[in-house]
Amino acid sequence: MIFGIVNIILIGTTPLVFAAIGELVVEKSGVLNLGLEGMMLVGAVSAFVTLVVTDSYLAALIVSLISGLVMSGLFAFLVLYLMANQVATGLALTIFGIGISSMIGKNYVGTPIDGLSPYFLIITSFLVVIFIGYFFKKTKLGLIVKAVGESHNSAHSLGFNVIKIRFISILFGGAMSALAGFYFSICYAPMWQEGMIAGRGWIALALVVFATWKPERILLGAYIFGGVAIMQMNLQAFGVKFPGQFFNMMPYLVTILVLVIISGNKLRIKLSAPACLTIPFNKNQ
Amino acid sequence: MIKLVPRGSSSQSMFILAPIFAIFLTLLTGSIIFFLMGYNPSNALKIFFISPISNAYGLSELLVKATPLALIAMGLSFCFKNNIYNIGAEGQLTMGAIFGGGVGIYFYDVSSILILPGMIIAGALGGALWAMIPAFLKTKFNTNEILTSLMLAYIALLILDYLVVGPWRDPDGFNFPKTRPFGESGRMPILFQGLRIHFGLIITLILIAFSWFIYSKTIFGFQLKVSGFSPKAARFAGFNKNFLIFSAFAISGAFAGLAGVGEVSGPIGLIYRDISPNYGFTAIIVCFLGRLHPLGIIFASLVIALTYLGAEDAQLFLQIPAAVGFVFQGLVLFFLLGSDLLVNFKLRLKN
Amino acid sequence: MKKNTLPIIIILAVLLGAGGFFISNQNNVEDTASEQKKIGFIYIGPPGDHGWTYMHDQGRQTMEAELGDSITTTYIENVPENADAVRAIRKLAESGHDLIFTTSFNYMDQTLEVAKDFPDIKFEHATGFKRADNVATYNSRFYEGRTIIGHIAGKMTKTNTIGYIASFPIPEVIRGINSFYLAASKVNPDIKIKVIWAYTWYDPAKEADAANTLINQGADIIVQHTDTFAPCQAAEKAGVLAFGQASNQEQFCPNAHMTAIEDVWGPYYAERAKALVDGSWASQDTWAGMKEGHVVMSDYNTKILPADLIAEAKAMEAGIIDGTLHSFAGPIYNQEGELVVPEGSVADDGMLAGMMFYVQGIEDQVPQ
Repeated sequence: MIFGIVNIILIGTTPLVFAAIGELVVEKSGVLNLGLEGMMLVGAVSAFVTLVVTDSYLAALIVSLISGLVMSGLFAFLVLYLMANQVATGLALTIFGIGISSMIGKNYVGTPIDGLSPYFLIITSFLVVIFIGYFFKKTKLGLIVKAVGESHNSAHSLGFNVIKIRFISILFGGAMSALAGFYFSICYAPMWQEGMIAGRGWIALALVVFATWKPERILLGAYIFGGVAIMQMNLQAFGVKFPGQFFNMMPYLVTILVLVIISGNKLRIKLSAPACLTIPFNKNQ
Repeated sequence: MIKLVPRGSSSQSMFILAPIFAIFLTLLTGSIIFFLMGYNPSNALKIFFISPISNAYGLSELLVKATPLALIAMGLSFCFKNNIYNIGAEGQLTMGAIFGGGVGIYFYDVSSILILPGMIIAGALGGALWAMIPAFLKTKFNTNEILTSLMLAYIALLILDYLVVGPWRDPDGFNFPKTRPFGESGRMPILFQGLRIHFGLIITLILIAFSWFIYSKTIFGFQLKVSGFSPKAARFAGFNKNFLIFSAFAISGAFAGLAGVGEVSGPIGLIYRDISPNYGFTAIIVCFLGRLHPLGIIFASLVIALTYLGAEDAQLFLQIPAAVGFVFQGLVLFFLLGSDLLVNFKLRLKN
Repeated sequence: MKKNTLPIIIILAVLLGAGGFFISNQNNVEDTASEQKKIGFIYIGPPGDHGWTYMHDQGRQTMEAELGDSITTTYIENVPENADAVRAIRKLAESGHDLIFTTSFNYMDQTLEVAKDFPDIKFEHATGFKRADNVATYNSRFYEGRTIIGHIAGKMTKTNTIGYIASFPIPEVIRGINSFYLAASKVNPDIKIKVIWAYTWYDPAKEADAANTLINQGADIIVQHTDTFAPCQAAEKAGVLAFGQASNQEQFCPNAHMTAIEDVWGPYYAERAKALVDGSWASQDTWAGMKEGHVVMSDYNTKILPADLIAEAKAMEAGIIDGTLHSFAGPIYNQEGELVVPEGSVADDGMLAGMMFYVQGIEDQVPQ
């Protein structure tokens, strides 16, 4: 039965892993994208509709990834080129994503599809996390991305194209969020319903912080976050009487705690959060 | 090629025109989207923007929706002007509803003119206290307030859930997740017979005027503005940064809390889980759209409230999902953020 | 300051003027004062849920087909169970509808509020209990269907553990659990029910998780009182059995779906529409079940169920219809051991409507 619980947790947390690892890369490059929820929804609906129309999982995957690139590309254009406020733009992206996904999916609510087995993507999520960990630790490009996030002015003086690096990071984040959405509507709960991501995008954001921007910890955090909800149900079914809401609060409380711990210590925060997070880069300054 | 050239100083006319421009572009894009989805654009726009407010009840509903948005946005402007990102207004609204509504539930069978003011004060207090948490964490531990306030919003919603499903559940309510209704004394007075617009509107307008007063006439307001523009200058001038942070959060929390208690004591009359359709987050858009300025916020709150109402009408008459309102909200913010650039930069054609 | 306020004032003035212009040209959807009656529906979810709302929509379409040109219908879907519902109901009232159905319990107060302002319009509230001169209530005896599936579950389970995904601990859901258990334990005294309260009618991912959790804890049959087909899909994937909810959900889980309790609203809606058209509509409370055809069992899955069990189930249906079998026939004890329904009699509608206790034998507690 333990294996069963682990299985359920793995299945349920994989979308979090994808979205979070994508956002981690974005934030490492110095940009905060609050639009995860919107991008995941758009990824989910485009995957679903494509599958219904073409009956091809591959087409659904491609269209879903493209939708993620488009959404995040829009965000990137606004915050990198038009230097729009990142917080507001990310929020706008989420709100827009909720709306447009509902409109696109309207005629497909309740259409039955053959779900794909989640295990392909669960393994993929592991691989992506491992790769990103390696990327930041051992590759030159990874170092550059980190530099851009820590001090974009210095990176610029060294000749690195800050805007381009951030742009690509944002696109990667968009693709990952879309993949999370694909997984959601094709593997996890094979259906489309309005707003089905139900707030997991925000949890993914918290997850990045919880993991102190280290890829390996994304997996740990995801299982804790996702596991809490599942454990709450298990306890209920076992007959344990405990208000589930307090259980569900744990991840958020713990995230705040983590934030406080790493921020309070000036040295620690240097090693964790990208220093230039949310600060727009202006060549002319 | 087109180059961006910084202006000498912010263009005042662009400052005001940009939101108008953004709205216009939104309408245009919305028409295109409607057209692509097979609807007649001008008909769809009419249903969306005009039919909801074409009678007195509709106008009243517009105000019912715009009131909490304007109130929260006004409070948020204290934070945003100071480059403090209070994303957790939804949580502060919820705590305000819990504190204020809690008073209403406790005194549900008492008839007294003191109850409503008591609820209002409790609501403001609840929101302010909840907002002080990220303020405290920021000043003491340098913790990023975006994430702490956001996490606290979710925690607040879970607390509401727990109360409404558990200890505060209406004993006569057949176990449905809602509290008992407040007594008559715990309800916001209705302003006009037959319409739902209530006293919360008056409170909001008073507080907006009050905010304008603080900004333009008090030293505190001046300090807020300066430290938003240039933290260095503020430091040199000796402004107490921590005090400003606490105050900004406390004010925005109190305003959001008031909006929360206004919702539960106004149109709703009790507490259940779904008291706010994301007002706390939407108010951020209203705040930006309104340029953090009282008049702008009033205007923006009406526009955004209209997108909510329009979405409902679109659903009824055209079978477009209500989420189309979100599409418009997102679009208007995109266009505004994009055209914001033109306030400080000029477009110039260079060879 | 002066330079800035002037443009603002001009813009506001223009907008106010435009607003006034538009208001004076009232652009409401035209209310064709013709013989044709308009009937509106407020749905809590989308017709695409293939569950609760789907069946109401099917009922609406049946009604339309039967009454033809004498009526037109509209609906608003995804109306939240909060203050915004007032506006939605009101919109229907203001746009020329003569009869409005609100299809969820939590629209109760909102329906009454709007009904007060529109005394000439008729309202019907599903599963509620508050009425007015122009507000009727209607409900179905879904619990009768629970008796049938309880009997089937009692015989089909191998692990003697039933996974029950419930929404809210309200009388209707508790009634369903009791009815199910009474029938199941009659043929299988060792049976156990594990309940997970989802506190939502409608959250596919959560429902799937709940189903998987229950399966993981040994349940080999999944029963639900939530609105989507996610649980039966989860059951299918895990290779266990399930019952459909509110509509025939076999297409989503062909190897797991044994049968389903179908809410059939068409006959009721058609009857009320006719009453509206011929002027005989009056406020009343309707609580009908299998006898009237409001609750119907889906086709029994011959691939899974043995022929003799299907025959038993059909016989039970007949029994409920002709009154020889009742879902809550005495003796029934509550969890404290008190006799609440004596032998030889049946639970009356009052007890059923307010049922907040579990019957004896259920190990869990009703959440307080």
